[in-house]
Amino acid sequence: MIEKTDVVIIGAGPVGLFAVFELGLLNIHCQLIDNLDKVGGQCAELYPEKPIYDIPSRPLVTGQELTDELIKQINPFKPKFHLNQQVDKIIKTEFGWIVETSIGTKVEAKCIVVAAGAGSFVPRKLPIENIEKYENKKVFYAIRNKSQFTGKDLLIAGGGDSALDWTNELSKDCNVTLIHRRKEFRAAPDSVSKMHELEKIGKVKFIKGQIKEILETKGKKIKLKYENEENKSQIEVDYLLPFFGLKMELGPIADWGLNLHENLIKVDTEKFETSTPSIFAIGDINWYPGKLKLILSGFHESALMAQGVFKYCFPDKKNIFRYTTSSKDLHKKLGV
Amino acid sequence: MPKLIITNRSGEKSEIEFDSNLTLMETLRDNGFDIEASCGGCCACATCHVYIDDKWRNNLNKMDEDEEAMLDQAFDVTEKSRLSCQISLSDDLDGLEVEIAPE
Ligand SMILES: Cc1cc2nc3c(=O)[nH]c(=O)nc-3n(C[C@H](O)[C@H](O)[C@H](O)COP(=O)(O)OP(=O)(O)OC[C@H]3O[C@@H](n4cnc5c(N)ncnc54)[C@H](O)[C@@H]3O)c2cc1C
Ligand code: FES
Repeated sequence: MIEKTDVVIIGAGPVGLFAVFELGLLNIHCQLIDNLDKVGGQCAELYPEKPIYDIPSRPLVTGQELTDELIKQINPFKPKFHLNQQVDKIIKTEFGWIVETSIGTKVEAKCIVVAAGAGSFVPRKLPIENIEKYENKKVFYAIRNKSQFTGKDLLIAGGGDSALDWTNELSKDCNVTLIHRRKEFRAAPDSVSKMHELEKIGKVKFIKGQIKEILETKGKKIKLKYENEENKSQIEVDYLLPFFGLKMELGPIADWGLNLHENLIKVDTEKFETSTPSIFAIGDINWYPGKLKLILSGFHESALMAQGVFKYCFPDKKNIFRYTTSSKDLHKKLGV
Repeated sequence: MPKLIITNRSGEKSEIEFDSNLTLMETLRDNGFDIEASCGGCCACATCHVYIDDKWRNNLNKMDEDEEAMLDQAFDVTEKSRLSCQISLSDDLDGLEVEIAPE
């Protein structure tokens, strides 16, 4: 099934979220797609608890608070979110564009707004030789189907929430060994104490160390070399699950034929449109002379982009400029 | 101007001058060294990982819990590891030896 809407926004970071508001005021409906399992982009993923001081009229707001309030602000426009999927392909159609994701979602829209920040968040891969050969066979960076691990020997690597949560969860039906470079963990205290309990009763084994190498094995298992300050050793398991957080990668955007400037999408500063008509780019992903990668610049860009998108959505209509303070029409849209 | 001695990922050494108002990460980045520093110095990405030789470690500002925790997302972490964005430079660090960690 192909869903239809006015605008597809690629990226649900702060700038993609605010774009819903600016477009909504002009009666333009949006759907958003993001590779993360949540909205808020860098603010929610990298620094939810850290303070931001340069949002106009907000002397201090944390990354998560900003995200939550943006969601509240755009709620009247009922945007639809497609999370946990990356936009891989865009295809030109008579209507506009079809955007296709890594899990097969297809959305058709008149315009595309790329609000992809520094790229999509993808798992940080272990930098060891030949690991690609084992990825998605013996090495998994994300778990979609945990039943495939039942009864198997697993090595989970990392010291954050994902590593600990999966250690605790998978130890119910699998033989789990957790490897981390130090004895301390930066995960939620509850999960850490749970893990220690499981370790005490022998349900989880803990190794202090770092994985250094994959050794060739003949059988179905994989053999890994690891070391710590004191010694070097090996372990043989069925699966390796590394959890070292996420990093940002430009990804498929580079293949969409848009003019780039050092991995950023070139736009004009009137409408923030790219070199391809009806594709716009706002926020950290775009470039123009004088560009500053700030949230506030992205908000400004959203407002001007919406004016440009309006012309594609309603070619025969004239957009009347109005303030949210006084316009009855806008109040109706906002439900106030 | 005080100097730093940098070893890049290919093992080549070079000397650069530094301004004590900048962090080590900013100095490396502005001198064109290949250091991603994708969070811009907020201790949120671990892509500014460097090694500092033993003889210099105690002269630097101490590593805090945030930095130690962030290093959990880096690879090839050793007792020499630091995140360069968390190191403030000062004139008494003239001659500091820094090695850029593998990617
Ligand atoms: C630690 C830290 C502190 C900061 N402090 C400040 C500050 O004080 N003030 C300030 O103004 N700015 C600050 N910034 C910068 C600010 O966070 C960014 O400018 C802002 O997040 C950019 O918003 P965005 O919506 O353009 O992109 P992002 O927040 O990067 O969001 C982009 C989203 O797009 C998704 N995406 C990308 N490509 C695809 C694809 N192909 N398919 C699906 N999804 C995709 C990504 O997964 C991501 O969620 C800070 C940044 C960091 C890391
Ligand atoms: S630049 Fe991101 S942690 Fe140092």
